Amino acid sequence: MTVMRTRQAVIAALSDEMEFDSSVFLMGEDIGLGGGPFKATEGLFEKFGPTRVIDTPISEMAFLGAGVGAAAMGMRPVVEMMFIEFIGVALDQLTTQAAFFRYLSRGAYPVPLTIRASAGAGLGFGCQHSQLLDQWFRGNSGISVVVPSSPQSMYGLLRSAIRTNDPVVVLEHKALYGERGDVVTGEAGIIPIGKAAVLKEGSDVTIVSIGRSVLTSLAAAAAQSSWSAEIIDLQTLVPWDFETVVKSVKKTGRLVVIEEGSLSGGWGSEVCTKVVSHLWGQMTTPPLRITSPDAPIPYAQNLEERYLPSVDYIGSQIQELISTGKCPAPWWEGARK
Amino acid sequence: MKTSLERRKVLESSINQLDRMLEIRYVEENIQKLYEDGHVRGSTHLAIGQEAISVGLASVITPKDVVTCTYRGHATALALGVSPEGVLGEICGRQIGCAGGVGGSMHLMDASVGLMPTFAIVGAGLPVAAGVALAAKLKGSKDIAVSICGDGATNIGAFHETLNMASIFKLPIVFIVENNLYGEYTRINLSTPIENLADRADSYAMRKEIVDGQDLDAVITAIKSAVAFARNGEGPTLLEMKTYRYSGHSRSDPATYRLPGELDLWKQRDPLEITAAKLIKSGIFTEAEYVAMQAEVAVRVATAVKTVLASPAPELDQIFKHVSS
Repeated sequence: MTVMRTRQAVIAALSDEMEFDSSVFLMGEDIGLGGGPFKATEGLFEKFGPTRVIDTPISEMAFLGAGVGAAAMGMRPVVEMMFIEFIGVALDQLTTQAAFFRYLSRGAYPVPLTIRASAGAGLGFGCQHSQLLDQWFRGNSGISVVVPSSPQSMYGLLRSAIRTNDPVVVLEHKALYGERGDVVTGEAGIIPIGKAAVLKEGSDVTIVSIGRSVLTSLAAAAAQSSWSAEIIDLQTLVPWDFETVVKSVKKTGRLVVIEEGSLSGGWGSEVCTKVVSHLWGQMTTPPLRITSPDAPIPYAQNLEERYLPSVDYIGSQIQELISTGKCPAPWWEGARK
Repeated sequence: MKTSLERRKVLESSINQLDRMLEIRYVEENIQKLYEDGHVRGSTHLAIGQEAISVGLASVITPKDVVTCTYRGHATALALGVSPEGVLGEICGRQIGCAGGVGGSMHLMDASVGLMPTFAIVGAGLPVAAGVALAAKLKGSKDIAVSICGDGATNIGAFHETLNMASIFKLPIVFIVENNLYGEYTRINLSTPIENLADRADSYAMRKEIVDGQDLDAVITAIKSAVAFARNGEGPTLLEMKTYRYSGHSRSDPATYRLPGELDLWKQRDPLEITAAKLIKSGIFTEAEYVAMQAEVAVRVATAVKTVLASPAPELDQIFKHVSS
């Protein structure tokens, strides 16, 4: 076990997987000589050389598409989008080409492609560099989406993503790159795609979240003593671990989903619908989604802090859910007039 | 405080053009300091060394002409007329920012002088500028569009698609490539197989010109002819401005990848010094007046910094303003 920062866990996972499998190579903007703007590929160019760590022009459509083609030929490319929004100019290559290659070729051309990207809000990068954007990848069959929350899950999920024989999008929350934690490396540290982690057991409410929201959820649960929360880190958004969630909600009777993204179209809707459909009549309260409002992510610090679900806000919303048995209104109802 | 339009009009005078270049330089230097003091979040991209291009452009086009610009846009915003308070306020996330503090460094705007919100995605402004030009053409107006991009954007699909379409539609548009030799952390020769990016125009049968982006007069002359060409309905021009950024790509980049001695060589061709020397030589301006101007602009920018730091953050209801109609 080693203590490392999340960005170092990225480096360790990439390095270990490149040593494990010679078909793995990296492509992206300034990932080689530059080491990446978040230093998440630092040292890999020196270690593996320019044929396996490839600096590209600023041409996302070309290099993501090249990742699709190379993957179809049996390589395992790991393509970096510097910020997840940059994939917008290349989206066809993933959601319309890569996602359907296996299907259309009747299995002849699987696409073992990994796309890594910095994502997420909280650091004041403004609305075009702060989104999580999981919703862009959730509607296509054929693509998995993972969202690490710690150095360990970064290491374990990234290695799994590279080994997966279909496209996987790894959304790396940029506010977590500097966070430290214990990491088990090697085969024992690998975390399977599609498996949630129960981070804390509890009896009154099940809190489901991903990425940086997992840390907010843990802090919110730790800050109060009148209720006991079971905290589930979903780890994989597509396909998500229904069994683990439903088992927990059966026990606690309450489901709360914490999402960094906007209310409408959020992944929490999917989780709540499926769980409620399954446990209809067996839950103590309606499911509660705690999200950001339907608005772009603002730049100014006071606005961004208000915009994102905070520790205090999560605590008070859950308190109200438990004491009234009803879903409380979100903070912005009343505030937006 | 002067309006953006008033600040724009004064650029008819060559002395005021130099004044504006100085203002941009000092604002950029202050942004670096404000960042270090914790007033600036996220990322910022400075254009120190590229001032002549922005000021030259703003001196030629009218406020009704619309500009799409990159996230390296502080200089262009100031040149087009946005006040130092408007730019610094936005970068510090204050109410007096030109986008009310919701945009930040990469999203400056001012519709009164034709500045669309600056684009934080490489190449994203080019197709939009084509639409601006198309609208002008459909309306029968004489207004034009200007799209500023960096050298890195010339490898983006949107660049090529837009140049092709602008050419066959004969759109009234001026494409300006600020070739500062580095796309993010990568020197251009490592990402692009040609040296002169203006040559990209040949594939699209488009008028082109390579311009010394450090020489304000050369910039103005080239933009004037491209703008006249566009206004006359003759179509687009691709202008490649040879320039250099003295800072790294963004605030977190120390630019260790530069070729040795390159920065010093470019500093010998500083756009401010070139312009000042010409004005002094021509006799319309003295060395002493230049020194006084530097002091005056420094005070102006320092005052703007003070105003910004004393001004309030946006009200929380701004999160929901202008999200939809």
